[in-house]
Amino acid sequence: MWRLEQRSAPSVPMQVATPFIALAASVIAGGVLFTALGHPPLPALYAFFIGPVTTSYGLAELAVKATPLILCAIGLAIGFRAGVWNIGAEGQLTLGAVCGGGLAAMVFYDASGVWLLPLMLLAGAAAGLLWAAIPAFLRTRFGVNEILVSLMLTYVALLALSALVHGPWRDPTGFNFPESRFFPPDATMPLILAGTRLHLGFPLALLVALIAWYALARTILGFQLDVAGLAPRAARFAGFHPERTVWLVFLVSGALAGLAGVIEVTGPVGGQLVPVISPGYGFTAIIVAFLGRLHPVGIVLAALVVALSYLGGENAQITEGLPQAVTGVFQGFLLFFLLAADVLVRFRLRRVAHA
Amino acid sequence: MMDAAILASVLATVIAAATPLLFAALGELVTEKSGVLNLGVEGMMLVGAVTAFAIAVVTGNLHVGVLGGALAGALMALLFGVLTLTLMANQVACGLALTIFGIGLSALLGDSFVGIPLDGLPELDIAGLTDIPMLGTVLFSHDLLVYLGIAMVPLTALFLTRTRWGLVLRAVGENHEAAHGLGYSVIPIRYAAVAFGGAMAGIGGAYLSVAYTPMWVEEMTAGRGWIALALVVFAAWRPWRLLLGAYLFGGVSILQLYAQGGALFDVPSQVLAMLPYLATIVVLTVLSSRGVRALLAAPACLGKPFHAA
Amino acid sequence: MSVAAAAPPRLKLRGITKRFPGTLANDAVDLVVRPGEIHALLGENGAGKSTLVKIVYGLLAADAGEIRWDGKPVSIQSPNAARALGIAMVFQHFSLFDALTVAENVALGLPGSRSVEALAPVIREVGDAYGLALDPERPVHTLSVGERQRIEVVRALLQEPRLLVMDEPTSVLTPQEVERLFETLRRLRDAGVSILYISHKLDEIRELCDRATILRRGRVVATADPRAETAATLGALMVGGTIGGAAHHAGPASAAVRLEARALTLPAMSPTGTGLTGVSFAVRAGEILGIAGVAGNGQGELLAALGGEVATQPADALLLDGVPIGALDVRRRRALGLAYVPEERVGHGSVGELPLTDNVLLSGLRARVMGALGMLDRGATRRYAAEVVARFQVATTGIQAIARSLSGGNLQKFLIGRELMQGPKVLVCGQPTWGVDAGAAAAVHQALFDLANQGAALVIVSQDLDELFLLADRIAVLNRGRLSAPRPAGELDAEAVGLLMGGVHGETHDVAA
Repeated sequence: MWRLEQRSAPSVPMQVATPFIALAASVIAGGVLFTALGHPPLPALYAFFIGPVTTSYGLAELAVKATPLILCAIGLAIGFRAGVWNIGAEGQLTLGAVCGGGLAAMVFYDASGVWLLPLMLLAGAAAGLLWAAIPAFLRTRFGVNEILVSLMLTYVALLALSALVHGPWRDPTGFNFPESRFFPPDATMPLILAGTRLHLGFPLALLVALIAWYALARTILGFQLDVAGLAPRAARFAGFHPERTVWLVFLVSGALAGLAGVIEVTGPVGGQLVPVISPGYGFTAIIVAFLGRLHPVGIVLAALVVALSYLGGENAQITEGLPQAVTGVFQGFLLFFLLAADVLVRFRLRRVAHA
Repeated sequence: MMDAAILASVLATVIAAATPLLFAALGELVTEKSGVLNLGVEGMMLVGAVTAFAIAVVTGNLHVGVLGGALAGALMALLFGVLTLTLMANQVACGLALTIFGIGLSALLGDSFVGIPLDGLPELDIAGLTDIPMLGTVLFSHDLLVYLGIAMVPLTALFLTRTRWGLVLRAVGENHEAAHGLGYSVIPIRYAAVAFGGAMAGIGGAYLSVAYTPMWVEEMTAGRGWIALALVVFAAWRPWRLLLGAYLFGGVSILQLYAQGGALFDVPSQVLAMLPYLATIVVLTVLSSRGVRALLAAPACLGKPFHAA
Repeated sequence: MSVAAAAPPRLKLRGITKRFPGTLANDAVDLVVRPGEIHALLGENGAGKSTLVKIVYGLLAADAGEIRWDGKPVSIQSPNAARALGIAMVFQHFSLFDALTVAENVALGLPGSRSVEALAPVIREVGDAYGLALDPERPVHTLSVGERQRIEVVRALLQEPRLLVMDEPTSVLTPQEVERLFETLRRLRDAGVSILYISHKLDEIRELCDRATILRRGRVVATADPRAETAATLGALMVGGTIGGAAHHAGPASAAVRLEARALTLPAMSPTGTGLTGVSFAVRAGEILGIAGVAGNGQGELLAALGGEVATQPADALLLDGVPIGALDVRRRRALGLAYVPEERVGHGSVGELPLTDNVLLSGLRARVMGALGMLDRGATRRYAAEVVARFQVATTGIQAIARSLSGGNLQKFLIGRELMQGPKVLVCGQPTWGVDAGAAAAVHQALFDLANQGAALVIVSQDLDELFLLADRIAVLNRGRLSAPRPAGELDAEAVGLLMGGVHGETHDVAA
């Protein structure tokens, strides 16, 4: 008989190993799933996991898809460490896109200048920040559950985007399609690799990850968040104000998600506002944050893995005729297996003689 | 002004719109009373909805479909149970994972069922009652699941307050250490509560896909699972208040539909569609401001993992 | 094997052994409890008493050994099996459900299907018979600690037990409540019930018990007649050698007031907490003020208000060396020289999952462990942690050990050492030796005396009256959020303090809804 036994301290090797265990288990489960769907597992797995990254274009696409995931997941991870559950990154991303993109589509649509893109990025980050400030305010002022509020606001943000592109922001010369005007050329993300869609947003996301790593590992900030998450009363004892932690977390994660939103519309979405600008990056970032162990370096790696699941889904649909929903299932597998494997960090399996 | 007949049919649709919320929220209430916070209601509803629809299409039997939806919801919940109860993973993270997984899984399962028509669950013709003017339309023009949902309210209330198992379930949610010390099996009891919550969410989803709007559309629950979670807080973990809350939210969503259809207001339909979500935020805020009382109403062990040393 | 001439022993344990990772909790324990006797199980915290009774009650399975009940070998697999034999247990930390009513709580402790409604008259009946008055309809969270324990006792009595196990039942009771409990227990004994009474309080055991089995580090070291022993001889058996008393400090000189509270008032911090009403006191340099009281009378609020976790209005309700500090937060108060050791060691005074090197940062933010601009100086935190460990003889596997892995006593030495290293002018400390073994307790007491001798003012909040009489120059009692006027410890005895503790608490205790 096997029994779980609490470790005296969390196992560090296991903390590093479990994401890989989870990835391996997800690949195996993916193979089983493909077989169940009537596809030979090996070609399907190849199409899903290897096929997309055999070309430089594919590799660049990986980075393009990883960019919003990194930005959102870093913000979410900061909160999860502190026990603050912002799960409305999708809404904050959307509102960032609406405000940053709206600036280019409705105000400066025939402007030019190097100031335009930075201004849009700032506006998008500010919009995400303000949208995230609502759950922060309600939680700190009235004690309202931030999970539900941030999630409800996501639906509101998605509907707001839809209302705008179907209505007042619709391109007057766009044959009644629900799309905004195209942004002026100076309001799009510069490409950094010829022949691909790789844009400046990716190095920007890496820079954010680097700054986050430094702030979390080398300053009192990371310690403050960890204490707030692990032992709220000890945080009070240390003089870290819980309300300030909630505010900090929401403002930073909202701003990063908003930034991701503008980067999407000025980059891969193609320089205009459309009814759907994200295939759920804000939600998938939750998986990325956990898979990356809430650590900025881990998050960059995890974002690449999860980005691959998007590319793999598209590729498997084209070459193997698999439904694209496989992507979501695979992402679910990843998170489940990770959470399940995490038990090994805190507990060890021990064989016990039955009494 | 609407005339009486229109009012009656509006009220009838409110009752119908409240039904999926009622099922899902009652299930979550029982789950939470046992001390487990399952945020995966949305995912369980979706998988319940697609399973029920698929089985109904394949077998041609709507009731078997609903049972299948309940079973699928319960299986999803048991997956959550293995992670949080046996492996002691974080309940918030696992609930989110369950929703993400449910969205993906339901889309995958439903891939070949999009666009297939289905005759929805028939309205029960209750001899005599359905023909009562007004009242007949409001109360007695519904399908079986609507009545089942309403019946579940007193049944759940009676179970929790009047039966020994209900008492034990509340005890486990209130203080799992003490319940364990008295010899109660905390983990099996929580498994049962979690599975019940999943089955109820599955029925709530099934109601959407085989009765309310008989068809399958990806993410057709549109956040109802999350609203159900908010309803449990709104109801302060009391079944009867849950019924009230479900009708309130059913009312808001119907108001929005009629406003769109009848162009009562000169605003884009999307803005009206925001109403249920905004209403949830407002209601949660009003309730939370009363702070202390809400704290006492919540099961004391809600969301805390249990490990028998 | 010789069977006693009359009846066989009600409970007989032979060679009970239980091993946990890293410790041998019970090492071949033998124990005999006869019908109609009150048998003491005596030992320090960590001696293995609780493990042993959990085995008897079916909550733990022994690795080896035999249990005999009325002379017959039995296997007790679960609490239900124990109850079926006639074993009832009153837990140290009450196994009650705050949101449920008294009757529901009782029903949960009884086997079978007796309905909650049917139990109400039975609860009143037993209450009348044993002087344990209870209202079956009241929710538990509205009851006082003494009343809560009555529920446990009533619940146990309704099982008509033949062996009643009581795990440290008096640790939260006033002396008057203890006396009432003892009367009940004696009546039960006279009715033929066996009682296994677990405690580390020597005087209680000498007053109540017929025989005593003494455990030390998991082993039985002696069986004695407690009435034939003195507290000193029992204590020596319990700790293995005489306890070195801490050197008493000189007491306050006619020094300046360092910490003063003027009509400090604070609302309750939680639904089950108790607010403070007009708390006033003054502590001088070199003085130790002891604050007694039953848990839940505002101790948490008082510690939070003094430590700075909540601000108090007006700012001059609290003065440190004459400076108003009521509006200052924890960190500003620390900078002024006020150190604070909370009641709960893991989760409040320290983060259980983080290493000692991180835990020094909790209160040491301003004291030599931080660089500029919020940058951490890891070298400084390591040196600081190492110095605390060395100076206060904290037994640990190293400064990278997580706080939770330390024993209660060693973690407390670390937490108090962390504050003392900063040379505080005032120290506020909750439950300094709760759950701490005797050796560590003596070390903690010595450290507190030393600090007072260096001219600091100390406020000690404790439920342990013996400790307060040992440490404090003056003692005040906190009851329902009000503090009695501090009086010199020499003028008080336990009886007088007990009356203050029980002051308003009692039969007519009512709670504002």
